[in-house]
Amino acid sequence: MAAQPGGPHRRNMQPRPKVKNPGKTFKRLIALIMKRYKVQFILVFICIIISVLASVQGTLFIKNLIDDYIVPMLSQPTPDFTPLLLAISRVAVFYLIGAAANYAQSRIMVYVTQGTMRDLRCDLFQHMESLPIKYFDTHPHGDIMSVYTNDVDTLRQMISQSLPQVFNSVITIISVLASMFAISVPLTLVTLVMVFAVMMISKTLMGKSSRYFLAQQTDLGKANGYIEEMMKGQKVVKVFNHEKKTMEDFNELNETLFRSSYNANMFANILMPINAQMGNLSYVLCAVVGGALATAASGLFGLTLGSLVSFLSFNKSFSMPINQVSQQINSIIMALAGAERIFSLLDEPSEKDEGYVTLVNVREEADGTLTETKERTGRWAWKHTHQATGEIEYKPLRGDLVMDDVDFGYTDDKMVLHNVTIYANPGQKIAFVGSTGAGKTTITNLINRFYDIQDGKIRYDGININKIKKSDLRRSLGIVLQETNLFSDTIMENIRYGRLDATDEEVIAAAKLANADSFIRQLPDGYNTVIKADGGNLSQGQRQMLAIARAAVADPPALILDEATSSIDTRTEKMVQDSMDKLMKDRTTFVIAHRLSTVKNSDCIIVLEQGRIIERGTHDQLLEQKGKYYQLYTGNAS
Amino acid sequence: MIKTLAVHIKGFVWDSVLTPVFMVLEVIMETIIPLLMATMIDDGINKGDMNHIVITGLWMLLCALIALFAGAMGAVFGARASAGFAKNLRKAMFENIQTFSFANIDKYSTAGLVTRMTTDVTNIQNSYQMLLRICFRAPVNLVAAMTMAMLINARLASVYLIAVAILALVLTFITIRTYKYFSQVFERYDDLNASVQENVTSIRVVKAFVREGHEVGKFHKAANNLYRLFVKAENLMVATSPVMMLTVYGCIIIISWLGANMIVGGSLTTGELTTMLTYCMQILMSLMMLAFIFVMLTMSLASAKRIAGVLNEKSSLTNPGNPDYEITDGSIDFDNVSFSYSEKSEKPVLNHIDLHIGAGETIGIVGGTGSSKTSLVNLIGRLYDVTDGSVKVGGKDVRSYDLETLRDGVAVADATEEECMEACRLACADEFIQSFPEGYHTKIEQGGANVSGGQKQRLCIARALLKKPKILILDDSTSAVDTATDAKIRRAFAEKIPDTTKLIITQRVTSVVNADRIVVLENGEILAVGNHDELMKTCPAYAETYIEQTVGNGDFDKKGGA
Repeated sequence: MAAQPGGPHRRNMQPRPKVKNPGKTFKRLIALIMKRYKVQFILVFICIIISVLASVQGTLFIKNLIDDYIVPMLSQPTPDFTPLLLAISRVAVFYLIGAAANYAQSRIMVYVTQGTMRDLRCDLFQHMESLPIKYFDTHPHGDIMSVYTNDVDTLRQMISQSLPQVFNSVITIISVLASMFAISVPLTLVTLVMVFAVMMISKTLMGKSSRYFLAQQTDLGKANGYIEEMMKGQKVVKVFNHEKKTMEDFNELNETLFRSSYNANMFANILMPINAQMGNLSYVLCAVVGGALATAASGLFGLTLGSLVSFLSFNKSFSMPINQVSQQINSIIMALAGAERIFSLLDEPSEKDEGYVTLVNVREEADGTLTETKERTGRWAWKHTHQATGEIEYKPLRGDLVMDDVDFGYTDDKMVLHNVTIYANPGQKIAFVGSTGAGKTTITNLINRFYDIQDGKIRYDGININKIKKSDLRRSLGIVLQETNLFSDTIMENIRYGRLDATDEEVIAAAKLANADSFIRQLPDGYNTVIKADGGNLSQGQRQMLAIARAAVADPPALILDEATSSIDTRTEKMVQDSMDKLMKDRTTFVIAHRLSTVKNSDCIIVLEQGRIIERGTHDQLLEQKGKYYQLYTGNAS
Repeated sequence: MIKTLAVHIKGFVWDSVLTPVFMVLEVIMETIIPLLMATMIDDGINKGDMNHIVITGLWMLLCALIALFAGAMGAVFGARASAGFAKNLRKAMFENIQTFSFANIDKYSTAGLVTRMTTDVTNIQNSYQMLLRICFRAPVNLVAAMTMAMLINARLASVYLIAVAILALVLTFITIRTYKYFSQVFERYDDLNASVQENVTSIRVVKAFVREGHEVGKFHKAANNLYRLFVKAENLMVATSPVMMLTVYGCIIIISWLGANMIVGGSLTTGELTTMLTYCMQILMSLMMLAFIFVMLTMSLASAKRIAGVLNEKSSLTNPGNPDYEITDGSIDFDNVSFSYSEKSEKPVLNHIDLHIGAGETIGIVGGTGSSKTSLVNLIGRLYDVTDGSVKVGGKDVRSYDLETLRDGVAVADATEEECMEACRLACADEFIQSFPEGYHTKIEQGGANVSGGQKQRLCIARALLKKPKILILDDSTSAVDTATDAKIRRAFAEKIPDTTKLIITQRVTSVVNADRIVVLENGEILAVGNHDELMKTCPAYAETYIEQTVGNGDFDKKGGA
């Protein structure tokens, strides 16, 4: 009963969003709630019916009060109040039951709503985590976030408010209408005519109003866009002395917005007195007609005074549920639009994984055979269960990576890599160089199967990576990205992210390797310092060192590094560089290189241009060729 | 705060006064209707006086029509008053922000200013309308209905007084408690959303380390906690509806019992009883309305505070009393300059800078991220004021110039794309667009989709040149100009604007080797000043950087013009 912020009548005015398939979405939503809360849902409906009937019986009682008790008692010489007391007590009991049912319904709905919200959030999150990287690349992050915030929220409104409200209103309309018909057919007809008139007027007004609301929405969007642009460009506005022109443009937009906002609100506001006063008109009409009927020879329509008073009460409460239904239907449609977005995220296909080769810890026996063990031995092997024979084979993990004639495109119609062939022996360092967009990052995305290739083969220790379980493949490859993403947690936990069962000592050892230990110890809470907002309080270099420590604690046999471009802060840079070198030692490493020293020290340099390998070799070999690499190195673009 | 905002009702004062007047008129008419109903029952129906019924009916009709008219007028004036108020607030804020200094803008952040001008103003508009229309209506309705009830039968009306008191107490208790709970809930809710955000942006890390399960586990735990808090808070809140119901029902029962007794005893009529029952709903509904308005208004209080903050903010940079309107030459002097962005920060961004630059000189300013290069040049165009010492242009303190004159004299060819695009967009109406080599007349789209990177750069530099400034500042920290273009631009500068003092800010030492002098900044202090050859000998940091960036090390793929 408590009104919602924003005002229910206001929401009613807003243009309805488009829902592609409201029926299907609604069914799915109900099925989702029913799956877990079937009993509660049915109980809620029963409670609503009880609470509505309790209220209706109360209004009907006024008729009995006047006709059956007060009027007869007036003519009795010594009125007996006992029957009245009994009747009133009965009504009171019904009222109590009604209020209790109302409370029970509200309480149950809290559990149903919040439970469904929690389940939905968890489902959304769990499913989101299973989606391929492609999904995140192709969907704006703001849109994904909006599903969790806006869409789940409108859904909460719908489940907790709109659904029970609509059901309540429908039951009320039916029972009030039935009671009114029972009291007086002609008065009910008068009421219905008035209700119809109100609906017609509202419809016309709402049509007008929603047009203006659309205009207001557009104007508001324009003004907001302009404000945003000017605030962001405020410094430029100042540098170029553009204040006057800006002010003129803004005033024009502001004036337009004022006009559409005035119109939109005016029509929305007018609806309220019209609804109320048409209700009063209907009341007056019924009073006059009813009064005439009650005074006329009462044989004709049999309208007693008590019936009239009861009827007028019903008349007053009849228009409210009708208005409510039309308001709630709007919020239901809005919620369905949100539900559709929620379901479309849930329906996104998860990352596929048909791999069956797993990564296990092994111990080498005296005779050289490998035995699988549970504990960490520092030695790993691929457990290859041959599908045909069921025979199990252990292949030691070496870090031998081969790309054979690989073609790849983010979409099928546009290839970004062509005929890429790379051989990396265990422990080798492979550097990719080339201008932005040449396909360096793309190649690394293929190795850990963030994306799947269109043609060719990638083999890891001789096994096609499609056969390796994705999680095991990724666990064998450490990664340090150019953009360091940290989580809101302590530094300790952020490093431990690389291997969850790492001890504190192991974490600190990794931090030392990454040259991060000294700066971490200088922070107010040392390793327990909580990182906020993706590490905004740390410098770029410090964040990189944490990312290196994170990879180091995972201690993977192979590495993918995306070097950050350099800045002039040479001291930090040297430390980052040094820690990267330590991390790369004895590991097969693919490095997207920006730094000359990294490139020079690589076992093999691969020069990429427009998705093709154009040169390969060591630093000296490539310089001799006097090709693209030579140009890049000497800085002489032809 | 209220006063700051209230000033901006100007132009809509009449609307603001008339709205409540009409709303009160509407309420009074609505309260009279049940009263008329009582006489219709008692003197008309009960006595069988058809004439009386019709006449009373006509009176009631008149009341309903007046109420309709008053309500409609209230609607119109209320909409105008609130929309106008919002318009004035937006305008006043925008105007004031135009006078803001960079320091003022930094204080609020651009996102903060946008929120204040959009969401906060909309909140205030809605609340103001609510205030004018319902805030007057509800109490008047409460008082009027109560008075009428008192006039009919004081003893019966006292039941309502008690009901109102009880309901008010319960509602206040629930509102305060839920407010406390909900502020906790929303904090957790924000945290949960923040963790989703984190996962979305860091999805590559999550997947690379195969931490999907770990993250899902963390999320489930947080979602469960949130669920428990929400249930606790909402369980309290949902009590309002049954409490309201119980109060209404209690009143009906008591009034029916007492009323019946009084009617039989002869001290009340049937008509009066029905009227009393009608007022019951009016009184309790208006009480609910008041509670709701109270919540709405407290919610918008935060918005009002934020808006008042912007309106009251005084620009930290003001024009001097007798400003200079002419800059004689492009010489620049930093006399023992110190600068901090905030008074609170311990370490100054610039520390005792002494630097003297002659007109027409080309000066390179090099330094790493955080070495305060940009802060240093921002002081020349007086985008910020020094904390200590003074900056002089053309021999006079920058604070003695008219701001517009000074900024016209100091051009910035900022090569960061975003800001450059801003400049171009702002300038689209200007004549220089016609001189643009490609000769295009279309507006530059947001983000500059229809212009290439190279074009953007030239556009920016062209714009800076057109101003024929005394001082030109080139910030190429983040740009990727290739060497050939670089040289072309330099030549153009030397030929077209020889008297202009040129400052080049950069991280790449190679782009300033030809400058007359190079200033090496580190941590807000000048490490060394001199030409390239001197610095190579005297400044080890410079020499080291130069070597790293050219031969031994450096950005491999940025060196060339690929």
